[in-house]
Amino acid sequence: MIDLIKDFRNSETIRGYALQIHELCGKFGIKANFMEVCGGHTHTIAKYSLEKLLPSDIRFIHGPGCPVCILPKQRVDHAVKLSELENTILITTGDMIRVPGTEKSLEKARAEGRDVRSVYSPLDVIETAEKNPDKKVIYFAIGFETTIPSTAILVKKTVEKKLDNLFFYVSHVLVPPALEALLSDPSHNINGFLMPSHVSVITGSEIYRPFSSMHKMPVVVGGFEPADIMESVYMLVMQLSEHRHDLEIQYDRCVSGEGNTKAWDLVNQYFTPEDKFEWRGPGFIEKSSLRLRDEYDRFNAAKVFKEFLTDVPSEDHRLCLCADILRGKKRPEECKVFGTRCTPDDPLGACMVSGEGACAAYYKYGNAP
Amino acid sequence: MCLAIPSKIISISEDAANAVADCMGVKKTVSLEILDADVSPGDYVLIHVGFAIRKIDIAAAEKTLADHREMAKLAKRINP
Repeated sequence: MIDLIKDFRNSETIRGYALQIHELCGKFGIKANFMEVCGGHTHTIAKYSLEKLLPSDIRFIHGPGCPVCILPKQRVDHAVKLSELENTILITTGDMIRVPGTEKSLEKARAEGRDVRSVYSPLDVIETAEKNPDKKVIYFAIGFETTIPSTAILVKKTVEKKLDNLFFYVSHVLVPPALEALLSDPSHNINGFLMPSHVSVITGSEIYRPFSSMHKMPVVVGGFEPADIMESVYMLVMQLSEHRHDLEIQYDRCVSGEGNTKAWDLVNQYFTPEDKFEWRGPGFIEKSSLRLRDEYDRFNAAKVFKEFLTDVPSEDHRLCLCADILRGKKRPEECKVFGTRCTPDDPLGACMVSGEGACAAYYKYGNAP
Repeated sequence: MCLAIPSKIISISEDAANAVADCMGVKKTVSLEILDADVSPGDYVLIHVGFAIRKIDIAAAEKTLADHREMAKLAKRINP
């Protein structure tokens, strides 16, 4: 029986693709910057030093695909404010609690006595709300298309169970509008896309069709393991050598054209696109996030607790390059405070916090100065 | 955040809402509520934050691995 993880980490396979990529690039004089959109890919590229196996003219540009990184500081400040409301439990996922806010992170708020919790599965949130009927439970929901269906299930259960103490501070964002925003900058230097593995499981690969056809970009939806990534890069280089700009799926063991329509129908039942949303890096992007539909206003923390949440934007630290890194304009090693004043233990910016952040990946896997 | 782990289904609850899956050697109860395919014990699914989000196409995985083996052979031949 095959091993769905280890078998896709074969070093000889990785070396084979590297040799083929070198040969193609040498023969056709290919120089290219490929954007890997997802932080999971960034992590694998750093962990297996894949860029060092490629010709020096093939570079990865790290994209805006780390949901913790792309939320602007104001969102953290709002979550901290919500955690400071009386009689409240604030719950979130991932590394969100460690991201610095203007005054403090959620972790610091917890150290000061607030009830802030980080959970693995959103399903735990329902249990917390049921066990604490006398408290407000606020779920700070973050993540891309991969994660949004799980929040939709949570809203569904909140309605079914008639829970009146569970609220949602929704910060769910969408991949395609962010990539459109990056490509609308005429100075972009992207020559091809490695699209996210698990976002695409939910959305299907067809959502990327405009990038290959309208923007004439080679696009490959690739898996997360190192041999998957090398094969995907080989497919991108092959497209460039043949002057093609097609949409191809390397990760076809999990990704189809149409995706998981059951999951996405559920999302559409409870969520609708927000007019515009601010991303750290690309800035305001139209229709790039989801909010709860109006009929669920009673669960919408942004509306219920509006008076406590300021509209004034929060500035990033002046030395932090996260915004430029998330636009694909800078790389972590170009940041003056990388690995010195900004480390995973004491981060200045979000990209150093999350395991999927480009700075954290570089730091962890030996690119620190 | 978008991490999803290939896991083997061990058993399925009576109402088919949940399953127990072997997730990298750890037995976990996972929700089948957003899965868009019927699954049986022995099938592989991707697990994301406690939810099965996709039944894995093992035939497609084997085909990819066959391509990978060819590439590995090539590597040994060109530069042993």
